[in-house]
Amino acid sequence: MTDFLVLAFVFLAAGVVAVPIASRLGLGSVLGYLIAGVAISPILAALQVDVVAIQHFAEFGVVMMLFLVGLELEPKMLWQMRHRLLGLGGLQVGVTTALVMGVAMVFGLSWSVALACGLVLALSSTAIVLQTLNEKGLMKSDGGQASFSVLLFQDIAVIPMLALIPLLALPELADVGGHVVAGHGAESVAEAAHGETHGEDHGGGHGMNINLVENLPAWQAALATIAAIAGVIMGGAYLTTPVFRFVEMANLRELFVATALLFVIGIALLMTLVGLSPALGTFLAGVVLANSEYRHELESDIDPFRGLLLGLFFMTVGAAVNFGLLFGSFGTFLGLTLGLMAIKSAVLFGLARIFKLKGGDKYLFGLGLAQAGEFGFVLLSFTVANNVLPPVVADQLLLVVALSMMLTPLLFIFHEKVILPRMAGETEQEPDEIDETGQIIIAGHGRFGGVVNRMMRAAGYSTTVLDHSSVQLERLRRFGVKVFFGDATRPDLLHAAGLREARLLVVAIDQRDAATELVRHVRHEHPKLGIVARAVDRHHVYELYAAGATHIVRDTFDSAVRAGRSAYEELGMHAFDAEMLAQAFVDDDKATLLTLASVYDPKIPAYENEEYLEKLKEVASQRDDILSGNGKAFHVRTDRGWTPPSREDLDAEQEADKT
Amino acid sequence: MAKVIHYYAHPGHRFSHTNKAMWDASQPVEGVTRVDLYAEYPRHNVNIDREQRRLIDHDVVLFQFPVFWYSAPSLLKEWIDLTLEHGFAYGKDGDKLCGKWMMLAVTAAGPQDAYSEGGYQHFPLRTFLTPFEQTARLCKMRFAAPYVFYDALRADPAAHAQGFADLLSGLRDDRIDLDKAEAEGCLYHDSIASVSRRPEGSPAQ
Repeated sequence: MTDFLVLAFVFLAAGVVAVPIASRLGLGSVLGYLIAGVAISPILAALQVDVVAIQHFAEFGVVMMLFLVGLELEPKMLWQMRHRLLGLGGLQVGVTTALVMGVAMVFGLSWSVALACGLVLALSSTAIVLQTLNEKGLMKSDGGQASFSVLLFQDIAVIPMLALIPLLALPELADVGGHVVAGHGAESVAEAAHGETHGEDHGGGHGMNINLVENLPAWQAALATIAAIAGVIMGGAYLTTPVFRFVEMANLRELFVATALLFVIGIALLMTLVGLSPALGTFLAGVVLANSEYRHELESDIDPFRGLLLGLFFMTVGAAVNFGLLFGSFGTFLGLTLGLMAIKSAVLFGLARIFKLKGGDKYLFGLGLAQAGEFGFVLLSFTVANNVLPPVVADQLLLVVALSMMLTPLLFIFHEKVILPRMAGETEQEPDEIDETGQIIIAGHGRFGGVVNRMMRAAGYSTTVLDHSSVQLERLRRFGVKVFFGDATRPDLLHAAGLREARLLVVAIDQRDAATELVRHVRHEHPKLGIVARAVDRHHVYELYAAGATHIVRDTFDSAVRAGRSAYEELGMHAFDAEMLAQAFVDDDKATLLTLASVYDPKIPAYENEEYLEKLKEVASQRDDILSGNGKAFHVRTDRGWTPPSREDLDAEQEADKT
Repeated sequence: MAKVIHYYAHPGHRFSHTNKAMWDASQPVEGVTRVDLYAEYPRHNVNIDREQRRLIDHDVVLFQFPVFWYSAPSLLKEWIDLTLEHGFAYGKDGDKLCGKWMMLAVTAAGPQDAYSEGGYQHFPLRTFLTPFEQTARLCKMRFAAPYVFYDALRADPAAHAQGFADLLSGLRDDRIDLDKAEAEGCLYHDSIASVSRRPEGSPAQ
């Protein structure tokens, strides 16, 4: 228990201290985590922590990230991406592998070792690149989309690679492989990787790591695989809604989180059981759920876990750098790393040219994917276990992979600070295609929010509707409205619904205090966002005003005024007079509201606020006068518009005119 | 029988003497369409389709209003702005009002002598009404002389109101010779007879 607490404390403290500093310095969170990892590596070494084991655990963050990426990607969009996915991705992996293999052979490695090196190093880091693209808001750019295509292809390509690598086994390593692992395992964190290999599954090293299909004939294995994928797709499409409906009955926030985790972990498990990449499986599930009403709920539930696990993953990358080995021959490793990145970059720039990426996007693509990635770690341990790579070579490659990952954030900074400013002129001529216009988020879709939503849509605006009643949503969906399930008072859900890019928030939820809190929070986070809020009564208006709402509308006031106006007309008043009188009443009420607002104190209940009560009495007596017909307070204003001058005035004027 | 539509625009109807008397006097006249614009559109949301249909369905369009600041009350201006659309009332294919008559029935607060070069209004009333006259012309409508009441805040409106009722029924029954009325400057309750056709069969005076 203490071990766990110490470990958790060390990692959390390092992250909490390093990331804000790195972000402040403009280095981005990834570099912050990497540096934090390097900083705590001596502590971890002293505690004899198996960093690589933690890294494998943290890799689940990548699985979650791909699930979230999938959620953002509707099946239609994925289909539109297919040319880039296969073309860009396939060429990148193929050409890079071939080039790295060639260079390795020049350095005197045998072809099979060289090929393994090529495969390992061709992959890029999904974790770093997607995290950074999201952070910098570049995901939707052309370069971001191209990068994503390549990363997705690589994730898919890992599966055939895992099948191919055992075929490259070196017979002479088969005898000594196990021995080397045992000898070095405890000494260096980098070498500890070899103790965690997938290959050891054969020897029963991991009781939990079961592969159901490996002992089946090929056709049955293929059938099981197809069945698993179909299961994920069908389950995602048809099971999610009933499951969430079921969970909804408990009405517990944490149960939604648990359900979301259950989804992701369940899919990952299923994929592992049939020997597929869990990242790919959850990505697929994400795509299937991209059109679901629970999309934003899932997003906001999974996102914190993804963030923490990825942070942990980056720290382990930093911590796993074998500094003894590195500083032993620093020049060589730096040369190898830079050489690798140069090769990868060259391939990427070539592809960028073929696929017509322009300006800043070309550089984003060419520099962003130049590193090796976390799947490289996986493949490395796999190759050693399968006696494909000698452990010495693997150790060196491990260091190169880690170094290239650590240099990546610097390349992104270079892209942002040096390339983009130079491209400014160029990109101005070709403005980015705007995928999504500013959204209007409507929180609460009852009778009030529903009307607002219809009005927005009637005027051609796109809206995102959040509501916590699935019955309400069901009804709406039948009318083709885009609705999402979730408690709109939860800030994380609002963020998942796109609050950051939103141009307007309409707060139309029933719960009075929750609405005020929501406005206060959103105003704090987004000082410039327009907020239209629904108030239940006069005091709520003051509270919402203090919380920072831009427009505050009392939900029953306008309709009551209309009812009053109809009553005037029904009593025989001329329709225009009724309208003028109703308007004067509204003006008068607004003035009262302002008068009372100046003495209203949200900290004191109104009935204990002496000043407020005093003012209220004053205003109330005026209103009584109006109601009893004595007062002229607002009659004066309505009458004076069309009252002709009196006869006496006219006579006096004429007299004056004559003299 | 001419189809007559009587538009009334007065935001201060309940304070009005003359216009109210005219409006009341108009009520018993059968076969005339009456529209109280401020009652029908208290929020100025003029229904263009409905108003254009009304114009098409009638031959004589009469606007009754008090002159406010040398013009019509704002809703009537709004009505004109919205209803007399390009392609309907004027411009290409804008011939739907061609040959119809426009007539005004206006009240002025100042006495008649104020509306002359020496008076405090400086111009004759007709000069202030030229925007309406030109509106009619652009719409290929004909513009009859306005039915006018001066000193409307003080003078007794009874005779003027009765004359207005006679005018309406005269227009309805084609007893008013509009060609003659077009040539006049202004019409008053005592000059309606001068533009009336002699009733058929009645002896010449």
